[in-house]
This record gives sequence, C-alpha cells and structure tokens, in this order.
Amino acid sequence: MKEKLLQIRESATEMIEASKTLQELEDLRIKFLGKKGELTEILKGMGKLSKEERPEMGKVSNEVRDHIEDVLKSKKEVLEADALNEKLRSEVLDVTMPAKPVSVGHKHPLMKVFDEMIDIFIGMGYKVAEGPEVDTVYNVFDALNSPEDHPSRSTSDTFYFNDDVCLRTHTSSVQIRTMKTRKPPIKVISPGRCFRFDELDATHSPMFHQMEGLVIDENVTMADLKGALDQFVKRFFGQNIKTKFRPHHFPFTEPSAEVDVSCFKCGGVGCKVCGGTGWIEILGCGMVHPNVLEECGIDSEKYSGFAFGMGVDRITMLKYEIEDIRYLFENDMRLIEQF
Amino acid sequence: MLIPVKWLSEYVNISDIDVKTLEDRLIMSGSNTETVHETLKNVENIVVGKILKIEQHPDADKLKVLAVDLGDEVVQIVTGATNVLENVYLPVCKVNSVLADGTKIKKGKLRGVESYGMLCSYQELGFETSVIPKAFVDGVWLLDQAYPLGTPIGEIENLKDHVIEFEITPNRPDCLSIIGMAREAAATFDLPLNYPSEIIENTHGNVHDYVKIKIENPELCPRYAGRVVTDVKIGPSPLWMQLKLIKAGMRPTNNIVDITNYVLLEYGQPIHAFDLDTLKHKEIVIRAAKEGEKITTLDDQERELEAGMLLITDQNEPIALAGVMGGANTEVSSTTQNILIEVANFDKKSIRKTSRTLQLRSEASSRYEKGVSQNLVLSAMSRVCHLIEATGAGKIVEGVIDVEPVKRTIEAVEVRTKRINGLLGLNLTAEQMANYLRRLEIEVEIKEDVLVCTPPHQRLDLLKEVDFAEEIARLYGYDVIPSTLFRGNEWGALTNGQTMIKETRELLVACGLNEVTTYSFVSPKTHEQINLSEHSILRNAVQLMNPLGEEYSIMRTTLLPNLLEVLARNYKRSVKAAQAFEVGNVFFPKQQPIVELPIEKKMLVLGMYGENQDFYTLKGVLEKLFETFGVRNYKYEPETTHATYHPGRCANVILGDNHVLATLGEVHPQVLSNYDVDVPIMVCELDMNMLMQITNTYKKFDGIPKYPASTRDLAVLVKDEITNQMVIDIIKAKGGKFLESAEIFDVYKGEQIEKGYKSMAYALSFRAPDRTLVDEDVNKAMEKILKQLEDELGAELR
Repeated sequence: MKEKLLQIRESATEMIEASKTLQELEDLRIKFLGKKGELTEILKGMGKLSKEERPEMGKVSNEVRDHIEDVLKSKKEVLEADALNEKLRSEVLDVTMPAKPVSVGHKHPLMKVFDEMIDIFIGMGYKVAEGPEVDTVYNVFDALNSPEDHPSRSTSDTFYFNDDVCLRTHTSSVQIRTMKTRKPPIKVISPGRCFRFDELDATHSPMFHQMEGLVIDENVTMADLKGALDQFVKRFFGQNIKTKFRPHHFPFTEPSAEVDVSCFKCGGVGCKVCGGTGWIEILGCGMVHPNVLEECGIDSEKYSGFAFGMGVDRITMLKYEIEDIRYLFENDMRLIEQF
Repeated sequence: MLIPVKWLSEYVNISDIDVKTLEDRLIMSGSNTETVHETLKNVENIVVGKILKIEQHPDADKLKVLAVDLGDEVVQIVTGATNVLENVYLPVCKVNSVLADGTKIKKGKLRGVESYGMLCSYQELGFETSVIPKAFVDGVWLLDQAYPLGTPIGEIENLKDHVIEFEITPNRPDCLSIIGMAREAAATFDLPLNYPSEIIENTHGNVHDYVKIKIENPELCPRYAGRVVTDVKIGPSPLWMQLKLIKAGMRPTNNIVDITNYVLLEYGQPIHAFDLDTLKHKEIVIRAAKEGEKITTLDDQERELEAGMLLITDQNEPIALAGVMGGANTEVSSTTQNILIEVANFDKKSIRKTSRTLQLRSEASSRYEKGVSQNLVLSAMSRVCHLIEATGAGKIVEGVIDVEPVKRTIEAVEVRTKRINGLLGLNLTAEQMANYLRRLEIEVEIKEDVLVCTPPHQRLDLLKEVDFAEEIARLYGYDVIPSTLFRGNEWGALTNGQTMIKETRELLVACGLNEVTTYSFVSPKTHEQINLSEHSILRNAVQLMNPLGEEYSIMRTTLLPNLLEVLARNYKRSVKAAQAFEVGNVFFPKQQPIVELPIEKKMLVLGMYGENQDFYTLKGVLEKLFETFGVRNYKYEPETTHATYHPGRCANVILGDNHVLATLGEVHPQVLSNYDVDVPIMVCELDMNMLMQITNTYKKFDGIPKYPASTRDLAVLVKDEITNQMVIDIIKAKGGKFLESAEIFDVYKGEQIEKGYKSMAYALSFRAPDRTLVDEDVNKAMEKILKQLEDELGAELR
C-alpha cells in the first residue's frame, strides 16, 4: 500500500508538473484528490490494515496528499500568472493613437488675464469696483482734473451721446464713483471695457480693456505705490521681473509715473517683444492729485492715495504673443481654444 | 521735439557725457525719449572738396568731367549734376566711401571716362527731402564758403551728431525748445546753464517812426511786441544755422525766416516777420475777426474765418492769423528791404480753437496752444535782432514797441517739507529739497520747514505744492524712492454678484463652452438681421453722437447678434462645431434722446452649433447653471412669437408669475440665412441681474439615503398636445411626500398608437427617510397620480 501511495505521489507530481492549462490542472486534482480520486480509492483500503500499520499508513497518505496539494498550488500559481500575462499581451494598446476628446471650454484670453490679475489684487487686499460703460463727462473728465480743452475730450478721441454723456475712455470714472460713495480707507481695482475713437487696425481697437487701481488712506506714500506695483508685477510676470518707474504726466495724479517692466520674454537682453530695449512699458500711475480728492469730497490734507492703470489688451497680446489686436475681438474658436 | 545733442551742448556742458547716458538720465528725470537718431550714420570717406575745372564729357551730353581738389590729391570725377560750378566747395564721396544707405562708392567708368568718386546730395547723406533747402533738393549739395579741403563732412558745422526725439508731455510746453531741454539737462546733471547772447551792438532811428501797435482784445492777446529792421539783405542763412535747423527737422528758407525759426526752436517762442513795406498803414491792430472775414495765408490758401478768431491787421486789413500763420501779402520775399518782427503772446484756448476749426497747424500754433510764457517776449526779440545783426542780415532800429495790457504775476507757493516727505515716503531735509528745486531755476526761501517757492516764468505748470513734490521726486530719482507695502485694514474679496458671474463663466467653460468678447456697440442693422419685430423694445437703442461708422453706432440691447456673428464667422471659417458664451452689458435709454445715463443690464448669451447639438443640449447647460445657483421654481413655456427663433423650438424660462429669466431655442431659418449659416444654431439669452436676485447657493448636507428606493414605471397614452411639464406637474402634485423623483424616459408614437396620441413613460422613485417603503405606500400614490392624469389630461394607462 505504501508503495502504491508513493507511486501515486510520483505520477501525480509528474503529471501536474506537465500540465499546461488550469483546466488540465483541475482535472488532475479531481483525478488524484477528488471524492473518487486515486488517493481516496486507496485510502478506502485502510480498513483492511492492522492496527499497527494504520498510523504509519495514515501518516504516509497525509504526507502524499499534502505534497500533491502543494504541487497543485504552486503549479496553479504559475499557470495563473501565465494566463494573466497572456491576457495582458493580448490587450496591448497603441498608445500613440489619439486621445478621446474631453469637452471643456476655454476662457477668452483677455478674461483669463483679467481673472489672473483680479486674483492677485484680491490677495493683496483689493476689492473690485465696477461702474457703467456709459458715464458722465463729469466722471470721465471733469472730476479727474482734466483740463477743459484737453485733446482727449475731443470728438475725435471720445465717443459721445450728448455733451454730458460719453463712453468712458478709462475706468478712472469708476474711481471717481468709488471716492464719491465711500469714505477712506479705499482699496479697489476697477477692471473693465473702455472706448476711444480709434479705427480698428492691428494695434488699435475702439473698444479695449483696462485694469485700474486706487488706494486712499492716511499716510499713503509714493513708496507704497512702488511697493504695490512691484508686488503685482512679480506675481503676474514672475519673481525675476524688475520694474522701472519713470516720471510722466497725467492730469489726475501728481507726481505721476510710467512703469516699465524688464522684458518677460527675453529677461531684459532685448528681443522682438520688447523691441530690443529689454523693457516693456505696461502702466501709468501716480499719487492722486489733491484736486481729484477734493472734488470727491475727500480731505486731501488728511488723506493721500495712489492710482494706477494698465491696458489689459496690450498686456494680453504681449503675454501670449498675439501680434494683432483684431484677433482678440474676432473670437475665432481656434484662438480661444489655445488658452 | 527733435533735439540735436551738439546744439544742446552749447547751453549746457554735456560734451563728456555719452549719448546713451544722456538719454537714460534724462528719461529718469522726466524727459521721455521716442527715438535717438544718428546723423551721417554709415557715412564714411566723404570729405570737403573744391571743383577746380568743369569740362564736357566727350561722349555724353548730360555728363561733365570735373577736376576736384580734395586737399591731398586732385581727382577726376564724372557727374550728371547740373548745379555744379567751378571754384565751389562741396562734399565729395571718395573712392571707397559709404553713403547713408550703406551704398559703397567705387572707382567707376562713365561712358569711357574714369571717375574717382562722386558728388553727393543731402539725401545721400541721409537727410529727408522735406528738410533740405529747396535749392539742393534736385542737385548735389554745394557749400557756401571755403572749408579746409579734405575735412570729413561730419566735421563741418557739427553735422555729425545725435538727434534725440523727446516726448514732451502737455504740462511742459517750456520743453518744446532747445533751451528748455538744456534746462532739464542742467538740472539732471547739476550743471550751470549758459544762455545765448541777446546783445545788439548798433541801432539807428526810432521804432515809433515806423509803426504803431494796438491790442483790441487783451483777453486773447496779453502781450504784443514789434521791432523794425531796415536794410535787410535776403539770402541764405549761414550753413551752421541751416544745418541745425535741418537736424531739428526744419527746412532752411532764407536768412530772416531761418532766424525766426531758429529762435523759435531755441526759445520755444514763435516769431513772425512781416515785410514792412507791404503794410500800407503801418498800424498794427490785434483784434477778433468778424464772421466771414477772409485772409490768404502763407500757404496761399484763402481762409474764411469765424467770429472771434484772433487776427493781426494793418489798420483793419488782415495780415496774419495770430499765432497760427502769417498772411501771403505781407510775407518776407527775396526783395524785402525792411521788416517788422512780431514777438507776441496769445491765449492758448483761442489759438487751439482757431487751429482746430481751420485744420491748420503750424510750429507756432502747436506751441501757443500748449502755452508760452509771456515773459519770453523781449528776450526772444533781442535774440532775433542779435542774430540778424550778427549775420549781417539787416540793421536794427532803436526801440521795441511792447504792448502788454495784461501783466502776469507769478505767485510763490508754500511747500511743506513734512507734506512732501509724507507724500513721497522719503525723509529729506529742507535744504536738500531746496537744492533740487534751485537746480530747476526755482527761487526757494527756506522758512523752517516750509519752502517758499517762486517758479521761473517759463514754468506754467508749477502751481500747487504737489507740483513741487514731483520736481523734488524726479530729481531725487524715482528709482531710489524705496518700495514699501502699505499696511491697511482692507481685505480683498469679490462681491456676491462678482463671485456669481465668475462661477457662471467657470461653469460654462466646464460645460465645454468658449468665452468670447465682443463690442458693446453694434450696427442698427443687427436688429433686422435677428428679425426683431417692428415694435420690439430692443429697437430702442442709445445712439452715439460721433460713431466710427454705422457699424458701431448704437449701444447693444441684446447680445444675440454679437454671438450669432461670432458663430457665423467660425462656421464660415470651417470650424466644425462651436459652443460659446459671453457675459456682457446691454443698454436701455431712460428717455430719447438721452438725458440721464442709460440703464445697463448684465446679460448672458450662449449658443452652439455642430453635430449632436440640439435644443436639449443647450437646455442641459442652462439647467446645470440653475442647479449651481439653486434656482428651482422655474418652468419652461413654449415661445412661439419671438421672431429670432424657430416658432416650434423656442421656450421661455419663467420664474414665479411671469418673469422671463431666459429665452432659449433654435434660431429661425430666416435669421440663419441672414448670417449665411445653413446648419441649426441654438442660442439662449439670460438675464444675469435676475439670476443674481434669485440665486440661492445655501447648501446643506441631506444625508445619504439609508433605506432603499421603490421604483415604478408609469406609461400613459395622451393627446399629442400634452406636454411633459403638464404630466410632471401632476405627478409631483399627487405623488405624496415619498415621491423622490419622476423622469420621463420614453415618448412613443407609432403603429400601436392612435393618430394624434402618444405614449409617455416615466420612471418614478419613492423613498422614505426612516423605513423601507412597502407596496401599499407606493400603490396609493400611484393611484392618485393616475386618477389625476385621467381626470385632468384624459390620459389612459398603457
């Protein structure tokens, strides 16, 4: 009997090792270990053995069963791994085939730039002030200390509805509205559409966009203006970008300045974007003129403030290297989808 | 303003400062530059020569063979120039010379005769035809006097130079002059300023014997001075003067005109010279013109004047348009013998108005309209006469008639050092501030911490304390003002409305729509294009008084045309599918013509075309928006009369009783054809202001259901005209408190259904929060629903 058991052990091991499929393996399990399997059959003959032989044979038969089970198990693992590998091999994809499109829209590049700027200024403690596109000549010019005969007021520069109502030429009109309705401290930006009497061409559009800012409080200084714009420029254009404040003139600020930033395309060595100068003019700013404060009912002895304004179309065009302003207003989906 | 650097350096010693440094420092002290141009750029090997002999070319009628002395050699040059003369000095291009445009001159042979170089014109040296003396426009440039032979042409009268073009801001008309810019340079580099000579050596006679001057409108002419010069010899001005004028962008004409232009550029004071002998009455009267009065100006144009324009007259006869242009009849000509020199000051608004109205601009008007100091009059007059005498152009008559009915007083301004430091964020002493200001010729008296500042007469812009703050700041240096962060108590945030618009835009982008930006003004034709009915309130648009053209002449009352135009443009450009939106303002007048500002309303427009996009796609986007903003109590009502839309494929979204929140639908085929589009376009316009009012973004976690839902399908047979909304309304009304949702999943019309009827199938879901529902609960609700459907809609269970 022991010999028979050992023989089963040997032939089972051999056959299991030789099996090629999981099905074959299962058949072998049944053949040897199943209810009617060879091992079971043999063990049926245990009853005929003597009391002394039984433990001995029991031990052997258990050892054989354990052995066959082990062999089956390890063979099963091998075959399963093979089967999985085979399946994976059959599932190979051409990863260079095109992606399935996910339909997500895109912000207009101008609006994307506006959103970025607004986020930065909100982070710096500014609120967003808004006002109408059609506004009074008073809010657009008079209250801003603009001389009565200033050329920007002429009908070849500004769109009018009548002598007192026009399309705003800057969002400074919103600053006037803010100063007239709120007491300092004031810390706002005013983004929005503006209009000037310019024929549409590669660099001009009768409608364009501005982002202006206004801070009024006690003891606001020109150094604070520099600090605010330095911080904005670094966050918007990059940490390495430098600013250059040049004296300039605006009727509504005194002192006034224009600000250049070191070219964010070439880093200041000179390229097409900066016209070879290494600098790009991006904004105008200054300390709010006391005439403007007083006109808005703010005590210019107690309060001071700064204001700044920038052309968002120009900055968008520079940032994304869009060479013609008309692209911004054509709204070709193939342009918008690049942003 | 074009400033030749060598001319500038006559008044301030900047000769050891290179041009780049000069430019950079001047920019930082407030004089921004436009361009820097180098004269004789590229030019090499062009020197002074003298024509010794001129002979006819043996084989060419139009060519001459010259012997030209270059100092170290005499060369043969063949030329086609017609204005050459023997013994004349002129610039000569030697062999291997280079012209301004980079052309190299080599030894050549013209019709068999060898030529060792070339004569050259002003143009070939890089000058614009518009500034070249007329005599040399079509010929080679001849020098008017002897210069050492072989001298490089650039060394003649400082011809080699840099010309800086400065951008002069409107507050600094004093900088529209060489001396003005010299003052800036002197202040910037802290150097002394050397004023030019105004000395007149000899005079004769008495001016009062020649002419009388009277001002009738002192408000338009605060000062008018006249001086007489006799024995005038008209001829070319000296070359040094001509070349300076050319570099500064002015064409030399004759000595008298050139001198007046020279002093105009030098001082910024316009000057005019009349031919005294053409004045019949010799009685200058400055008065306002009468309506319709006429004058022929120097450019030979007869101009009809409006009442109030300022005229210079001889007794009564117009002889000049004050401050704008002289008259043709009294112009200095080649035969002029005696002249009257006018140096005057005119009201800037009046000059601007005249210049604008007549569309006539001149060097004089462009300065007067920005403002000229009336204290400049006498010194400019002396300078002109000095130059006339010094160049031998005439003899100066003793005395100036100086009529100044309105004297100017220059007010001192008190400047508080504390205030200046507070404004600039600096900590300068009174002495430091005073030093900066004195560099600008401002008289400063220090009274403890107050500076009493008297600006120089030419500075018309220094009126208030802050004006002096800027002067101190720019000389101190904007670049060294520290950069500090203002710490206030303000915090940054968007308002609820702004947040909502931002979220709307972001949601629509997430839904696959692209954002567009279109103009706020449109053409009135857009109303026809979108088929607006004749009485539509959208036709009542605000009109621009001075539009760029009809295309942009009214403010939009709807965003639909803008979006349709964008979609149509994309379609025409073969973009297969497009989905787009814009948030923008529409404008409604409160009255016509407008008195008050129009009402501006924020609207959202969205639209799409392309495969698989239909009414329901658009509706899906809209509902996502409603879901985001917690809009619940709305319903869709078919809209059959809006002419922009397909009458059977359009709906209004109604809130409450009758508020139209949005209109959506497929665009009417006629409108599509107006836009040349032949595929369906779906659009929707939504009132953002209304959406903002009803938005409810309050959110609360409702828990995750603990008990299973019980679902039932319900299919009913109804007449065709029964809408989904009608069925849903009943299901919701009768479904009881356990009804969780009811959704249509099928509409069927076909063989088994009687004509005029349809089958509508709904999936209903019931759930209780605290137990598993039993059939009985659900059956009761289903019975109620069915009964009501039968009673109200005549529905039949299928």
